[in-house]
Amino acid sequence: MTEIEVVPTGTQPAQPGHIVADFMPDLIKTGTHQLCAGCGEPIAMRTLLEAVSEVGYRSNAVAIFGIGCYTVFSGGIDVEVVQALHGRAPSVATGIKRVRPQTLVLTVQGDGDMANEGLQEVLHTAARGESVTCVMLNNGVFGETGGHMTATTVIGQRTKNTLDGRDAAQHGYPISVANMIAPLPGVAYVARCAVNNAVAIDRARRSFKRALQLQSEGAGFTFLEILTMCPTGWFVDTNQGPSYLDETIAKTHIPGVLKDGPD
Amino acid sequence: MEGSEAFAAAAIAAGCRFYAGYPMTPATELLESMAKLLPQHGGVCVNAESELEAVGMTWGAAAAGARAATGSTGQGLSLMQESIAEMCHARLPVVIFNMARGQGDYYQATRGGSHGDNRLISLAPSSLPEAVSLVRLAFELAEEWRNPVLVLGDYYLAHMSEAVTIGSQKPLAEIPRRDWAVDGSTSGSGHAKLISPVFDAKNYDPAFRGYGWKLESMADHLTAMETSIEPMAEEYGTQDAELVVVAYSTPARYLTYVIRQLRAEGLPIGIIRPITLWPFPAAAVSRAAEHARGLAVYELNAGQMIDDVRLAVLGRSPVFAIGGPSYDGDGFGIAPDLNTDVLATRLRDALNKVRKL
Repeated sequence: MTEIEVVPTGTQPAQPGHIVADFMPDLIKTGTHQLCAGCGEPIAMRTLLEAVSEVGYRSNAVAIFGIGCYTVFSGGIDVEVVQALHGRAPSVATGIKRVRPQTLVLTVQGDGDMANEGLQEVLHTAARGESVTCVMLNNGVFGETGGHMTATTVIGQRTKNTLDGRDAAQHGYPISVANMIAPLPGVAYVARCAVNNAVAIDRARRSFKRALQLQSEGAGFTFLEILTMCPTGWFVDTNQGPSYLDETIAKTHIPGVLKDGPD
Repeated sequence: MEGSEAFAAAAIAAGCRFYAGYPMTPATELLESMAKLLPQHGGVCVNAESELEAVGMTWGAAAAGARAATGSTGQGLSLMQESIAEMCHARLPVVIFNMARGQGDYYQATRGGSHGDNRLISLAPSSLPEAVSLVRLAFELAEEWRNPVLVLGDYYLAHMSEAVTIGSQKPLAEIPRRDWAVDGSTSGSGHAKLISPVFDAKNYDPAFRGYGWKLESMADHLTAMETSIEPMAEEYGTQDAELVVVAYSTPARYLTYVIRQLRAEGLPIGIIRPITLWPFPAAAVSRAAEHARGLAVYELNAGQMIDDVRLAVLGRSPVFAIGGPSYDGDGFGIAPDLNTDVLATRLRDALNKVRKL
């Protein structure tokens, strides 16, 4: 019979226990989320919010949210939020920034929101050199509808409407949004990061901070594409999410800093 | 002053400090005027890359507390409908100009083409002096009701010249601070604001009411607007009219001119011109119908406002159309039928018709 180690309860523990709030960044008010286990979006959101605080804008930031799974955070974070329509966040951000130039303005969108529904919005906002930061959480699927093909779904990726994998002949090719934006004049910073391991998360944190810093200097448009895990929409086990991201998504959407600093 | 510039100057005098638009005849000159005048008054005009982006920018500027406007012609407003609906649900005070081609946009102006329970307050001037005062009213109503307001112009109003007095042009006022508007200052306070079509507070806020409350509350909001906003209409000759004509905007001006001449000949014709298309001046139309033998609706479309006239009259008088679609070869909404001889013939025929009923 296996011995089970039982936590002794008769005496006070040597170290006090931790509760969720101990690990909560101060801009997150609701420490739990209702997204699937293994989802990368909460990590990306936390990293972003920590960066907002670290660059000194915790009391002077407005976030514009698109529509996707991550939209649940619009109500749970202690940052002013304007809820936009699917795809339209960069224009709403433009209106806010033009009226409130001293405010840190950022959008949170998914790949379905940005690359499908509103691709022209982000491109035009970038080319206009608006001093806003647009963030695309890219998991290559419409997660909220249950795992359907988006414009960034990589070749071979199985989704609910590409059951045999995305086939270029039938479904076309994925769009690499960061690579489209980087060459545009008016763009100050473009990076593609991931949140599937500790090193990647740290790089994402530094990229967020750099982008927000450049925005605060009025350097131009800043853009971050964050590869996030979606084991539910990828039809893999929760613990396979991080490796699937490396082996599948990141082979097409290659992480790295594509542009750093204005022209 | 030319019409488009008068609309723009009136908006700026009313405190408008943000405009985003996309060129389209006959709304182009409004964008030109805004691009010229707004920076002179400390405002911002963005030449948006599309109507979708124009309305999105206006949404953002309004959320940030600016008096903001966008505009196009009816086709461009069709593109904006999704955002217009959501701005209604998010209760944002914006003004939307429609320099319409013809009069095919009455349904759009009063019903919209969008999802959900929402209404635009709709104002339809028939002259530039009236437009100037209605533009100011539009910004005031938008602010008072936290609801988008539509100002419906047309090709004629955009391009005609008339003497107008623009109110005192205030120097750049600080953007009015409103307790609901975002500027980033409540972030990190534990009470960060949320401007959303579906929620009115963060989910950790004690004031949070679950999904659906905000959409359900639209019913009360719409009822309050419909019962509190005074409908406006102008009447001429209705007191003794056997035939009452109902028409709005520029055609009503032509018709009033012709009816004046026909009344001089002794023909008992009157006209009622709705100025607020929503709320519709149903009581005034209904009153006019009490004594008339019939109501003739003149609109340059296949019959849209006639629905509201029928609803106002509720079968107590015959209601029939004497207008119809009338377009110039370029499709800009210059109606060949807007001709005093054509109108006089239609009115005589209509009077004869109601006398035989």
